[in-house]
Order: sequence, then structure tokens, then C-alpha cells
Amino acid sequence: MSEAPLLEVSSLVKTYRLSGVGPFARRNVRPALAGVSFSIEHGRSFGVVGESGSGKSTLARIALALDRPDAGVVRLDGRSLFDLPARELRAMRVQMQMIFQDPYGSLDPRQRVERIVAEPLAALGRTTGAERRARVAASLEAVGLKASDALKHPHEFSGGQRQRIAIARALITRPRLVIADEPVSALDVSVQAQTLNLMSDLERDAGVTFLLISHDLAVVAHICRTTAVMYRGRIVEIGPTQALFSSPRHPYTLELVDATPRLDRPARVEPPPALPDAPADGCAYAPRCPYASAPCLDRVPTLAPAGEGGRRAACFFPLA
Amino acid sequence: MLLEVADLAVDLVTPDGWQRVVDRTSFSLAEGESLGVVGESGSGKTMTALALMALTPEGARVSGSIRFEGRELVGLEEEEMRQLRGDRIAMIFQEPMTALNPLHSVGAQVAEPLMLHRGLGKRDARERAVQLLERVRLAEPERAARSHPFALSGGERQRAMIAMAIGCSPRLIIADEPTTALDVTVQARILALIDGLRSESKMAVLLVSHDLAVIAGHCERLIVMYAGVIMESGPVETVLREPRNPYTLALLEARPRPGAPRDERLKTIPGAPPAQHEHRTGCPFAGRCALTVPICRTTPPPETQFGASHMSRCHRAAEVGFTR
Repeated sequence: MSEAPLLEVSSLVKTYRLSGVGPFARRNVRPALAGVSFSIEHGRSFGVVGESGSGKSTLARIALALDRPDAGVVRLDGRSLFDLPARELRAMRVQMQMIFQDPYGSLDPRQRVERIVAEPLAALGRTTGAERRARVAASLEAVGLKASDALKHPHEFSGGQRQRIAIARALITRPRLVIADEPVSALDVSVQAQTLNLMSDLERDAGVTFLLISHDLAVVAHICRTTAVMYRGRIVEIGPTQALFSSPRHPYTLELVDATPRLDRPARVEPPPALPDAPADGCAYAPRCPYASAPCLDRVPTLAPAGEGGRRAACFFPLA
Repeated sequence: MLLEVADLAVDLVTPDGWQRVVDRTSFSLAEGESLGVVGESGSGKTMTALALMALTPEGARVSGSIRFEGRELVGLEEEEMRQLRGDRIAMIFQEPMTALNPLHSVGAQVAEPLMLHRGLGKRDARERAVQLLERVRLAEPERAARSHPFALSGGERQRAMIAMAIGCSPRLIIADEPTTALDVTVQARILALIDGLRSESKMAVLLVSHDLAVIAGHCERLIVMYAGVIMESGPVETVLREPRNPYTLALLEARPRPGAPRDERLKTIPGAPPAQHEHRTGCPFAGRCALTVPICRTTPPPETQFGASHMSRCHRAAEVGFTR
């Protein structure tokens, strides 16, 4: 079992029916995921970047078994989640936890920290009060809070501390995989740094591997060794994070890198405007792509080797 | 000078009594200039922007002076302020739906200030609205004009709101986190659009953002606010290259640097910003600041000038800026 990847998703497909209103509504049914495959090794946090509508949040929900794919497989430690009986799935879920973007909205203000943090333990079945208190204390200490904080309410903490409480809650079942959807984007810069340092520590010391979903390339680069870039339901590029962002192979990755505001260089010129609809059969990025030519409109490019470290890009004309 | 703000203070009434959320704030903005205001939550950056538009919350007390085109805005009658708003000064918000009415077509809303301030008839205003939607580069402007806001994407709505803001050729645009809710690629386009409009029509832009990098790329000058006070101000390049305030330096060092080693520790700022109800003497950053000495806790720091236009409010300003 130990040779199986921590998380493996293969050929995930998920389609939501869109019922649009108004002249600009997109009438076609667009897949949220159109065949997504990757695997995450234990101890090697993995990043997913892409814009809204790229399918990254759908991916998170399916990886957590909160939603079923139309097709495809999710394996945790080699075991296919959607083939498990309900009872075993519940047991497997303990291995995976989630951190959300908004540390304010995800904590019930009326409950004490102890109850908030202990909540995922319910899935473990019966635990004694003493065991629960010990676990809450350990979890709070793991995120740099005090065991005595368990008796306080969320409003007694600053924004950054509240995100720590949310992380403590995610850690209480001693998960091996934590899926973090924009965990720092609502935080002030100074607090963001504390949270990112904490995530690095947890990967190193607590055996937690992160699946980090973010729009912020610098945040992803700070935590994740490997990153997948998603565009309209597909991975368009995947590989070691540093290489991916320093020399993008896919034009969309380049667009993301160029669009990211940086202190050390002026903003890049305005990229070409987005066209509303992609060709039915071709590359979804073609309408925005400055390099698109004939084959891009006829066929969907698949991920192909594009450099060292297992880099792959889904582009007929990858950048050098 | 287009805009001159002197000793601006904003007090809000809270359950704990009057709280000063903007204090001792002075800055100016020339015709066609772009000024960035950066700060974390509670820094007073948004309240400063709202004070310029006389849009502070009900019951707020605004004191000091805001001179716009030579005219004093503090204490101006609401009726006179309404004449200026949307005409000489316009505002762009983070969430376009705060400015757009979901029940009316985009075209009608872009046309409205033109009828109100320019006396255009309905048909002329509508025609002009379509031109404005084209100017902000909305695809299919005529169709967009007939659409309701919810039929547009977030980026399209932001463009529609900008069209509404620039209709009467304002001399000053105040943009409060205009791209924070948008994808980075859309953000880049919207900011480039604002840059373009500024250079075409010589309007001044006050850009409020939590993101130093956004301001670095789009503004000439910069104000760094903390706990309601301007900590540092000056030309963007100078402030980023040689910050003279420990808070600015801390903000710069807390960001993950592109290309840095993956497990490099980020510098953090210990503690949390002072709560609004905390009575403060001295420097608001005292205690969290690595350079804190006793005087920082007792005496408000003086404004220290470095060259003509670079100011830092710090007792130890001369010692900052050589660590980078």
C-alpha cells in the first residue's frame, strides 16, 4: 500500500447543466472537469491554479468525496473512494480535511473553540471527553495557539488566529491530506505570511500534504513542489512549480505569469481580450491565444512531455 | 493642485464611543496624477477614499480640509456634493453591484449621470452610453447596453461601472480595490484600461489597494497607511527601493517573492494591529515593530523628510532602508 500515491485522480469528468438567462448567457453545457488526471505523492504538496470557471473548486469537492464525478476515479492510498461502502468511505474521509478561504464564515461564533475544533472527530466514532480535550489541545498547539484558547469564542481572536483555528480543526483527525481552497486570500499580508509558514511547518513536521488551490502564483510557489494549471476543466500544464512559472510552456501559463502584479517590474501590456466562446472541437484557450493556428481550432491538445522533471503541456505549439 | 487634503480626520461612533479611524492625513494629487493608497484591513484607506466623496457612514465626523479644484469639500451641503459626485469626482468600487442597479439595463445606468449632470436628452444619453461601453472595450457594446448587470461576467460588470464613472469626464477617479474580486488576467486588463483612460483624458486616479504590487505597477506616488495614519509616502520607486518606515519594510518582506526557494521562511509581523477602541499614545506600530524603543510608545513620531517628496513617520526613520 505504501507505494500507492497519497491521492490519485484519473480521467475525472463532471458536467453541470447551466441554465443561463439574458443575451450573454452561455447556453451550451460546459464540463466543469473534462478529463483531469494527476497524482500527489505523500509529503509533496500540490498546487492547482486557474481562473474562475477552470474547474478547480469542483476538483476539490470531488477529491474530498463531497460530490461524485460523472466518470473517473479518485484513489486515496490506492483505494477507490467511490467504490467503497459508505462506512469505509467515512473512515477514509478522516484522512482528508479541508480549509476554506474565509476564516470568519467557517467558524460558528456561538461555539467555543473546543467544540469547533473537535467537530471532525464525530466521524471517528465514539471518543471520550478526556481524549477529545487532549486532541484539541494538541491541535491548537500544533498551529501555535495555546491549549487554554479552547475555552474562548472565535470573536476573541484576530483574523490570522481564526484561520489557525480553522487549520487546527482540519488537523484534529490527523489527516494526511489537507485540501486548502484559497486559504490566505482573505488575509492581510502580515497574517498571510504566518499562515504560509505554518503550512510549511505542518508539511515538514506533521506529515500533512496539501492540495492547495489558489489564484496567487507566489503563494502556490511557496508551498507546492508540483503545480497544475487548469483552464476550462482541463489541466493545460503540469510540472515542478518553479520551472513552470519561470519558463511557462503553455501560453495560458505565460498569460497568468505576466498578469500577476509584481514589485520588481512594471505591469505587462494588456493581453488580447477574451472571446466569449471556445471552438467546440479545438483548444478551449485558442480564442485568447496569440499563437493559435489551424490545428488548435480542430482538435483538443492533450498533455505531452514538455521538459525535465516530468513537465507536460497540452499545446500544439509549446513555448520554448 | 487638483486635490489637497490637510489634517483629515474621520471619527465614527461605535459601541465604545467615538473612534478616530483616520487621523492627521494630508496628501495632494495633481491633475492627471496617479496616487496609490496601500494598507491592511483597518488602516483607514477606504474611509479616506469615502471621505473624499462625502460617503462616510451616517453619523461620521469628518474634520480637516479637503480642497478639490480650489473648493472646500468638508462641510459642503449634500446637494452641492451631489453635483460634484459622478461629474467632477467619480468612484469605482470593488463590487460593481454596489453601484449598479440590478433592475435597470446597463445602458440606462451609464446614461443616467449624463442626463443628470450634462442635461442630455434620453436618446442622446443612450447613444453616448453605447460609445462609453465601447470605450471601456466591452465586446458588443450595444448588446451590453441592453443587458441587465447580472447577465454580465464580473469583469464585464467592472467595465460597465467604469463606463458609468467616466461618462462626465471626471477630473478625479477614486478606485477602491477595483480588481480584488477578479481573476488575475482580468485584473491586468481592467488596470490597463484605467491606465489608458488616465493618460487619454488626463484625469487623476486615487487607487486604493491592499496589494502593494498592484500599486507598484499602476501608480506614480504611494501612501502607506496603518491604523488610520500615513506611515510613509513618496514616489513609488523610491519607497519600494528604499523604504524608510519599518511598517512598509515589513509589508514588503512578508510577501512570498517570486522565484524564492520554496521553503524560505517569510518574515512575519508579530501581534495584530491595534483595535479601534485602544487608546493610543505614540506610534501605532510600536510593539509590533522590531525597532521599537521607549519613545515610540509615548510620543507620536514626527514626519521625517527624505528629499522633496519622500516622508516617513517614524522616530527611527533614518535607520530604516538599508537592510534591503
